[in-house]
Amino acid sequence: MRRLLKSGHSVVILTALLVAIIPFLVPSTFHLRIAALVFIFALAVVGLNLLMGFAGQVSLGHAGFFGIGAYAVAVGPAHFGIPSWAALLIGPLAAGGLAFLIGRPILKLRGHYLAVATLGMGLLIAMVFTNEARFTGGPDGMPVQRLELFGWRVRGSQSWYWLSGVTLVIASWIAVNIINSPTGRALRAIHDSEVASRVLGIDVARYKLIVFVISAVYAAVAGAYLALFDALVTPATAGFLRSIEFVTMAVLGGLGSILGSLVGAAVLVVLPQLLTVFHDYEHIALGLIMIVFMIFLPAGIVPSLARLIMRRLPSS
Amino acid sequence: MAEFLQFVFSGLTVGAIYALVAVGFTLIYNASDVINFAQGEFVMLGGMITVFAAAAGVPLPLAALLAVVVAVAVGLLLHRLAIEPARGASAVTLIIITIGASILLRGLAAVVFDKNFHSLPPFIGGGPWQIGGAALLPQSVVVLIGTGIIVVLLWLFMERTLIGKAMVAAAANRIAARLVGINISSVLALSFGLSAAIGAVGGILVTPITLTNYDVGTLLALKGFAAAMLGGMGNPLGAVVGGLIVGLLEAFGAGYISSQYKDAIAFLVILGVLFAMPQGLFGRAGVERV
Repeated sequence: MRRLLKSGHSVVILTALLVAIIPFLVPSTFHLRIAALVFIFALAVVGLNLLMGFAGQVSLGHAGFFGIGAYAVAVGPAHFGIPSWAALLIGPLAAGGLAFLIGRPILKLRGHYLAVATLGMGLLIAMVFTNEARFTGGPDGMPVQRLELFGWRVRGSQSWYWLSGVTLVIASWIAVNIINSPTGRALRAIHDSEVASRVLGIDVARYKLIVFVISAVYAAVAGAYLALFDALVTPATAGFLRSIEFVTMAVLGGLGSILGSLVGAAVLVVLPQLLTVFHDYEHIALGLIMIVFMIFLPAGIVPSLARLIMRRLPSS
Repeated sequence: MAEFLQFVFSGLTVGAIYALVAVGFTLIYNASDVINFAQGEFVMLGGMITVFAAAAGVPLPLAALLAVVVAVAVGLLLHRLAIEPARGASAVTLIIITIGASILLRGLAAVVFDKNFHSLPPFIGGGPWQIGGAALLPQSVVVLIGTGIIVVLLWLFMERTLIGKAMVAAAANRIAARLVGINISSVLALSFGLSAAIGAVGGILVTPITLTNYDVGTLLALKGFAAAMLGGMGNPLGAVVGGLIVGLLEAFGAGYISSQYKDAIAFLVILGVLFAMPQGLFGRAGVERV
């Protein structure tokens, strides 16, 4: 039991089981829609968690990459006649390319300086979406054409549930493989001490760049999915609050935990839905819950609970 | 020339408020390594409470005093109820707590007050003064002088009083400060109270010019954070200079280049500075221990 819990692949299996079981447990397509949203957000958070939880690099601008993915599937088909499926590939490629270009100078910064640089990057991207109204519809956003895959018109909560669920499982599997690879070990070494890793011969700048690009691609795929699912994009997709939301999901669920990314996304997507019954008090409740969670589970929900469970399991 | 002067005036006015927010960030950061994302909410509370107290018939000076007192109480409560219980948690956990607090305070303000924009009458009457062809609002002068007074008072407090010196010592080295008998927990509480007071005063001063509503804190926190980093995190003087620079960059960017991209211009310059000087303008280069 212990060994299964410790090996990363159990997380992938668990995620796959969840994706397979949920449709039998929830009563309506409305719930499937929420579940699909959770998967889409979790996709972005898994990427961000690779960057923050494993490499220890903060980003307050990941909604920028999320926005690039989203606007690619909106602007590409509408203005350039690119089919949706191609735009779905181009967006993440563009986000990855951008991350590759700006990654080196930005990742030289540390801690809060890195935070403010990524924050600025995210704001710049969001500003372009707001101001280039000719292409993006400006502050009001623009509609997004439905995705067509091999003649299959992807629409409705059920289709998106399966598409985002399967993508999340694949993304988690890739993430776990990265973590267990030499790259993953290098990243964890960098997290512990950059100087020590450099002394050991780890090319710190290169590994940080690799994980930054990967996390940007994850975010862009998630952004594209959300835009296609909602059939609408607005600059808020790429906004500062969205970036903060991703970071909060990652920390709330647990930094360095892939399952935590899913749990963090679930909490922050589902909670506001539940809290809408409180109308005006929604934000008060949300803020309170965040504070209480972080006080009592400071390492994040999944790692804190896992530690409790581990302590009770017989050691074998 | 008149145009140039005009941009200087408006840039310095906004910049002064960014500077106050940045100083608030710096105080709390120095005491605890926490970036307090609820910092902008103190500014919002200062403005909103003054507006509503004044509307209820409280004379303006008393309303302003009340706003500062309430903001300080909120700052102390934030420390006592949310930061203190999470002692020992990582910096990023504490930051998420302050984000939660910021959402909570915004939600409270929307319920207790409302979601509309509000203004205050200027503190000095009379129309704008003409200086070199540019119009200078009397209230802008109030903002600048008020900011100046706060900065000088803060400096005197840090340099001349024992409590202030304890704060400086705790910022320099927390363990050493504890060893010489400084109560770190009190220093932390004090930094939250002080930051809240500074933010609230900023909010009161600027409300006659920029208006306020329950949601103004987010953007202010963001700009103040950028200003603090530009100046070099942990350096109060750097925070003030950083705030003024960000304000001026925005005003000139909006005036000469593009009002749509004014924030972009400010952030591009900040990025450029950070690439050249990774510790900000006045920050010390850190040494990492292995």
